[in-house]
Amino acid sequence: MGQNYDAIFKKYKPGRREDLIPLLQDIQDTEGFLSEETIVKAGTFIGLSTTKIYGLATFYDQFRFIPAGKVHIRICNGTSCYINGSQAVIAKIGEITGLAPGQTGRDGIFSFEIETCMGGCNNGPVIRVNDEYHTHIRTDHLPEFIKKLRFIVEND
Amino acid sequence: MEDLKKYLVERVLMLESDVVSPETEKVLQEVRREKTTVPVIYVSSGTSSIISGSERTWAALREYITDNELKAGLVKVGCQGPANFEPFVCIQLPGKNKLFFRNITEEKVESLLNGVFHNDINEDDLAGQHGTRGFEMWPGIPFMEELPFFSRQKRIVMNNCGCYDPESIEEYIARGGFRVFSKTIRHYTFEEVCDIFERSGLRGRSGGGYPTGLKWKQALNTGSSTKYLICNAKESDPGAFTDRTLLESDPYRLIEGIAIASYAIGSSNAIIFFRKGSEHALQRIRTAIGKTREYGLLGHNIFSSGYGLDITVRKESGAFVCGEETALISTLEGKRGMPKLKPPYPSMAGLYNKPTVINNVETLMNVPLIMQNGPEWFRRTGTENSPGTKVFAVAGRGRMSGVIEVEMGTSVRTILEDIADGIKDGKELKAVQLGGVTGSFITSENLDMKIDFDALKEKGIGMGAGGFIIIDENTCMVDLVRHYMEFMRNESCGKCIPCREGTGRMLEILESIIKKPENEESGTTLERFKGVMQLESIASVMKDTSLCGLGQNAPNPFLSALRNYREEFEEHIFDRKCRANICRGLRTFSIDVEKCTGCTACASKCPVNAIYGTRLQPFFIVEDKCIGCGICYDVCKFSAITVK
Repeated sequence: MGQNYDAIFKKYKPGRREDLIPLLQDIQDTEGFLSEETIVKAGTFIGLSTTKIYGLATFYDQFRFIPAGKVHIRICNGTSCYINGSQAVIAKIGEITGLAPGQTGRDGIFSFEIETCMGGCNNGPVIRVNDEYHTHIRTDHLPEFIKKLRFIVEND
Repeated sequence: MEDLKKYLVERVLMLESDVVSPETEKVLQEVRREKTTVPVIYVSSGTSSIISGSERTWAALREYITDNELKAGLVKVGCQGPANFEPFVCIQLPGKNKLFFRNITEEKVESLLNGVFHNDINEDDLAGQHGTRGFEMWPGIPFMEELPFFSRQKRIVMNNCGCYDPESIEEYIARGGFRVFSKTIRHYTFEEVCDIFERSGLRGRSGGGYPTGLKWKQALNTGSSTKYLICNAKESDPGAFTDRTLLESDPYRLIEGIAIASYAIGSSNAIIFFRKGSEHALQRIRTAIGKTREYGLLGHNIFSSGYGLDITVRKESGAFVCGEETALISTLEGKRGMPKLKPPYPSMAGLYNKPTVINNVETLMNVPLIMQNGPEWFRRTGTENSPGTKVFAVAGRGRMSGVIEVEMGTSVRTILEDIADGIKDGKELKAVQLGGVTGSFITSENLDMKIDFDALKEKGIGMGAGGFIIIDENTCMVDLVRHYMEFMRNESCGKCIPCREGTGRMLEILESIIKKPENEESGTTLERFKGVMQLESIASVMKDTSLCGLGQNAPNPFLSALRNYREEFEEHIFDRKCRANICRGLRTFSIDVEKCTGCTACASKCPVNAIYGTRLQPFFIVEDKCIGCGICYDVCKFSAITVK
């Protein structure tokens, strides 16, 4: 873990505020989330107080402060998907997993979030499970689908 | 490879005359695969193709080629536009016209290729053929250009999209690319380039329509020695994906556009501000920048002209407001992306207080074309005050969707009826929406409106960045407006009070409209009405007093919907009815006496105990108690429950 950090920090010069966002993005890309430890470290590196960095990171949707689940589901809620019924998909996934958008389950299997638009507008509603897209989602298929995902993770 | 690079640089890019020698032309034809002796298969690979499964199709094609030991080329190309045809596959047999096949999923690959190579083409998968001079025509197969989707378009900016491998700089150069950039830096001064663009009348394509040449000149005329050019590829409007498609289908033209624009303002630093969530396009633009640098088209002292330029890519971190110029600059400086008061405009004092020009992707894609063909050529297309073309992302409930390019002055009806081929499932049109979450609605009576900055502005409609959303009768306008308002409430940065409080309050009121009161207390109904009365005045205060475009335009969908669909709002408020049956809070269910068997499944599941009856007798729902959750509808095995 420590070595990972060093490699990331080496790419930047200390004390440059304009590097703060790319630095946090890099940390999130490797770690999956921003831990308290990394934020403190980034603060010393850039020369900003930790509260300022929290203030910045919470402003943007991208940064998360808890790790994502093993199965990270992103649901498109763009206008086109909305017209095609994404609200029902969001409600159904929330109901099945028992989570609200942005949360990760206690068992660490599922987490889900809502995205603005993925650009698969003719295929709506679109969801993205880890890196795989699924199109034309219908709520009646979801229980089976989520069950299958849970089965895969639990037996992996 | 190294030889080809040297050859292209010396014989093509450094060439003084506009026409290359016949000998060079032969090499270029080779690079463009026009002289191919083996079949070449092209697979579209934009993000929307990938969502439709083009990666799997590509793998299946590769497997087929290795299994059958075929000598054939397999190339990933950009996106042609029609999203319904994805995964879109094109096959070019030596000496014959290209054939296009639509919806080639991985299962279809084998039968498709068997058919094509044994001269037995399946007509169902066929979209059309594309003709090139000197190639043999396929008899009885329609030309792609004649399909209504393509024939009504005018493709200038998109003419390279889907035609070449977007990772190959050689192909772009063989198609005439980078020649004009190399000519510009050697033969034109900064002022001359700005003049050409002022005369061309090119206007910013991100919605505002500010003259590009003027913006450049303002930045050029400032005394500062450090300037910045930012390419705004943020494009966060849900439902608009034009910039991303352009960028991933033709990244080199964007780079050339950025290079010419940077030269025009005398800047040697350019930044592409990139949207999140599309790693594929990001990867592609990074590769493209790397290859351009290898060719010496970026870096210090490009082609010994004394001019140097470098392009960096920055990823956004997910805040809608960062599409606004000043907020974009704040986020690049490593601060919270909050807008600032203008003036000073960014072209005077922008990034790090230096003059900064911000152009969007589509504007910059026009730049090499205008430089190459001259401002008079550009003025010949489009209308008097809005020359050129506009790229739209057609989405929603149309029969066709995808990215299209039309000449300015085309009517909304042409796009809707000819290009999008009408509405899915034979439904009625309710509205066309331009301009994404802050856009306005165009009703079916106003479909003859022309796409033109000024004509639309007169009607109070913003062109927007390229969203063209088709809405049918199954959509509830009140609910859609509420959805937009929820989005704006979440994305309001919180700096100025009208926007921060206004979006929240408007959302609250709209939410109270789409559901029934939760209890019988007399106060709630009064509160609800007071809110309804205030809606319009909140909207106008927000419009007048918000700091940036986000707040000023946030009430647009509401105002536009209220103007055009007032009766729908009134139905929700007074009759508590939603004609599209979308608003869950207003739905009531009833039980069909004929079908109900009295199994009690619904009554036991009803969360508010609104279903009464005796076992094995038909049940009934008490309308006043029903909250419209729809659980009974889901659990009924006899389809006895109907929506009222």
